Amino acid sequence: MAKVKKHRILIVGGGISGLMAALKVCEAGSEAWIFSYCPFKRSHSLCAQGGMNACMDTKGEHDSIYEHFDDTVYGGDFLADQVAVKGMCEAAPGIVQMFDRMGVPFTRTPEGVLDLRNFGGQKNKRTVFAGSTTGQQLLYALDEQVRKWEAKGMVKTFVFWEFIKMIQNSQGVCRGLVAQNMNSMEIKAFAGDAVILATGGPGQVFGLCTASTICNGSAISAVYQQGARIANPEFIQIHPTAIPGTDKNRLMSEACRGEGGRIWVYKDGKPWYFLEEKYPAYGNLVPRDIASREIYDVCVNQHLGIDGKNQVYLDLSHIPADYLERKLGGILEMYSEFMGQDPRKVPMLIYPSVHYSMGGLWVDRLHHTNIPGLMASGECDYQYHGANRLGANSLLSAAYSGTVVGPEVIRWANTGDRGPELTEAELEAARQECVNEFEGILQMNGNENAHELHQEMGRLMNKYVTIERVNKDLDYCYGEVKKILARWNNIGVTDHGHWANQEAMFVRQLRNMIHYALVVTKAARMRDESRGAHFKREFPKRDDEHFLKITIVDFDPATQEPKVSYADFDHSLIKPRPRDYTAAKKE
Amino acid sequence: MAEQKFVTFVIERQDGPNEKPYTQEFDVPYRPSLNVVAALMEIQKNPVTRDGKRVAPVVWECNCLEKVCGACMMVINGKACQACCALIDNLKWPIHLAPARTFPVIRDLLIDRTVMFENLKKIQGWINVDGSWKVHEAPRQNPYTAQTCYEISHCMTCGCCLEACPNVGPQSDFMGPAPLAQVLLFNLNPLGKYDKPKRLEAIMQKGGITSCGNSQNCEAVCPKNIKLTRYIAQLNRDVNIQALKNIFNH
Ligand SMILES: Cc1cc2nc3c(=O)[nH]c(=O)nc-3n(C[C@H](O)[C@H](O)[C@H](O)COP(=O)(O)OP(=O)(O)OC[C@H]3O[C@@H](n4cnc5c(N)ncnc54)[C@H](O)[C@@H]3O)c2cc1C
Ligand code: SF4
Ligand code: SF4
Ligand code: FES
Repeated sequence: MAKVKKHRILIVGGGISGLMAALKVCEAGSEAWIFSYCPFKRSHSLCAQGGMNACMDTKGEHDSIYEHFDDTVYGGDFLADQVAVKGMCEAAPGIVQMFDRMGVPFTRTPEGVLDLRNFGGQKNKRTVFAGSTTGQQLLYALDEQVRKWEAKGMVKTFVFWEFIKMIQNSQGVCRGLVAQNMNSMEIKAFAGDAVILATGGPGQVFGLCTASTICNGSAISAVYQQGARIANPEFIQIHPTAIPGTDKNRLMSEACRGEGGRIWVYKDGKPWYFLEEKYPAYGNLVPRDIASREIYDVCVNQHLGIDGKNQVYLDLSHIPADYLERKLGGILEMYSEFMGQDPRKVPMLIYPSVHYSMGGLWVDRLHHTNIPGLMASGECDYQYHGANRLGANSLLSAAYSGTVVGPEVIRWANTGDRGPELTEAELEAARQECVNEFEGILQMNGNENAHELHQEMGRLMNKYVTIERVNKDLDYCYGEVKKILARWNNIGVTDHGHWANQEAMFVRQLRNMIHYALVVTKAARMRDESRGAHFKREFPKRDDEHFLKITIVDFDPATQEPKVSYADFDHSLIKPRPRDYTAAKKE
Repeated sequence: MAEQKFVTFVIERQDGPNEKPYTQEFDVPYRPSLNVVAALMEIQKNPVTRDGKRVAPVVWECNCLEKVCGACMMVINGKACQACCALIDNLKWPIHLAPARTFPVIRDLLIDRTVMFENLKKIQGWINVDGSWKVHEAPRQNPYTAQTCYEISHCMTCGCCLEACPNVGPQSDFMGPAPLAQVLLFNLNPLGKYDKPKRLEAIMQKGGITSCGNSQNCEAVCPKNIKLTRYIAQLNRDVNIQALKNIFNH
């Protein structure tokens, strides 16, 4: 038998998706070089609280994989590729088994099997969970497996290295990348057989959001500016229940409502459970886009927010304290810690916040981007959630896409049309370009502060490109973000050094974030309908005739601005039907 | 309008691993429920000291801002803790920040915790599964044991416990409490227990469990409330049993 060739796969991202891909690469006998802003265990995946969906059907509810598939497509307002979604739902129970074998301490029933909880937009119990820290536990399990491969010499870790850009060979095939060490500031070019981006979401483009500070979308923006396509970027999920903050909006998991939490405000002096009243079939567990819009309406249009502010109650105080402790302990502790009040006794004050990006790099079903040799998986791709993601489906899509991209990258490395390896000169040229750019940033002496500029952009994006969108406002916002891009040139840095210079790295990230803000705003401006998370006041209805299409955004090098077009996709398995959560779902 | 209050931060800084530490003071506008990370972010926006000098912004590490990633550990008013959940309202002013010097300092409050991750390799901190492909159904587990595992599995490798432990530091090779507790986590798992002897052997070596002096500082500072001393005691029993087995097997 011919010896299987060993490849070197460059993976950017040590979250659930990147690590899952790395495991598959190692199991196929190839090397994974993994780049990350932080030790993998500190990746953003660990913030996920509520759980992961899979049809386990252990609650006597006759749940089925078809039901999971249909809930996901319907919840996503029919904008997701149905063949891809079906594949994910079919694989889900197997993925749970894998995590269970890897030692994830899932919450269990008295009989010792995995417990399931309710989540939004699904009538059956389908969400496996580990208390209220599911993402942390899943990420740790993969981190441990990857550490095992590292100990065997198959994984090489580049922790505290920032991805700057990809490198293409003379035929346009991606064969490497440039990265920078965040301590020594060394900039280096790396050659490999292919590159996988698993860099997570772009939450920081909105400044305040539920994501970690490292979720800046800088990597996908960088490759977009090099020619990779973005799809559906206007679909930004606003989570209905977060604790508003000035440094971050901290998430209160949907699991609170899954375990019986109720949302209310006072109306005429009495508690008004507005979601339960308007959506009797799903009640507090309507999908996120709907819950967020209703809370927004109650606060902004009806002025019924608690104490006249933009906030409503999320109430768990009617549920026995020991049950809460077991199911939600971690996050309730977080609320007490940051807010100084005990949610077991008094209702929590919450408001919607930017949370997740359904859109991202365009990929085909095997997770190739339009640039050969560049693949993408996890939250940074656009594949599985259409116009709105169901809670607990993204840990699943992050893991599942890793199981798809891993074997596929090996197939590509074995038989793909990859053209020549990068030459020393090509590697050096790419490196030098990044060095020049960085040295330029170190010299910046203007009077703008990068962090102030970031905050200003976040305010604009939060105000105009979230729950309710209006074309005139989007035009205004686009113009303002363009001004911020111009003002970027006038930044001044106070740290001109070559050691752990976080300020200079942030300046580079910020430029990428501004470009991504333009992408989101432009795509939102062009879609004249309302679908899932994208709600436009002038066009409050879904318009399948014109917009049952995915948005494609290309970078136009001539204008340095985004170009929007639309593409067809596969929605042949479940015929699009109106989405109506006031009544139980009809198939 | 009420007059703006300011909080003073006294920050121990250091430009590089081999540079001399020095302190600088910053005034940050007060707001309710401000935390230490949010205050450092304010300094980033306007890196000017109390005496009006424009300086390089303070360097530190953070990601999640909700006490789960472990990144932002530093010494605040003399105690190792997570900066993102250290509320200004609960701290004595002025607030003193310093890097956790049990670990090598990279710059300012940024430290190098590589050793913690290396120790997870030493103790073989993983379940030795055959692969990520479908092999068999996962075994059922006692829900009470699973609950204990869940508690230990919260360890976010922050290093508070190592900073607080009198026996960890440049003077010793003690791996510290965090990796010890992880040994128990994997030993309790129905598949992980197959490798229990190997893990126990690993912590019977120099720098392992015998270096613990049972001072219990670690448990008091763990931000995840992991019952470290109880688990170390349990491991001590396991290690003794293993040592006996080793004698009889030879
Ligand atoms: C608060 C919160 C709660 C959530 N709860 C749930 C839930 O209950 N259920 C659910 O299904 N989903 C949930 N989600 C969503 C889910 O957590 C994420 O979508 C998912 O974990 C993303 O995983 P990932 O692997 O794609 O990316 P991440 O985990 O974000 O990992 C990205 C990786 O890329 C690295 N990286 C990024 N850019 C660069 C660069 N330029 N250079 C080098 N490295 C880079 C980072 O270091 C990191 O390692 C939640 C999200 C949030 C914000
Ligand atoms: S009990 Fe004391 S000596 Fe032992 S690990 Fe904890 S702090 Fe260190
Ligand atoms: S045991 Fe506690 S203090 Fe020690 S590293 Fe883990 S979480 Fe931090
Ligand atoms: S930033 Fe994650 S624990 Fe503080």
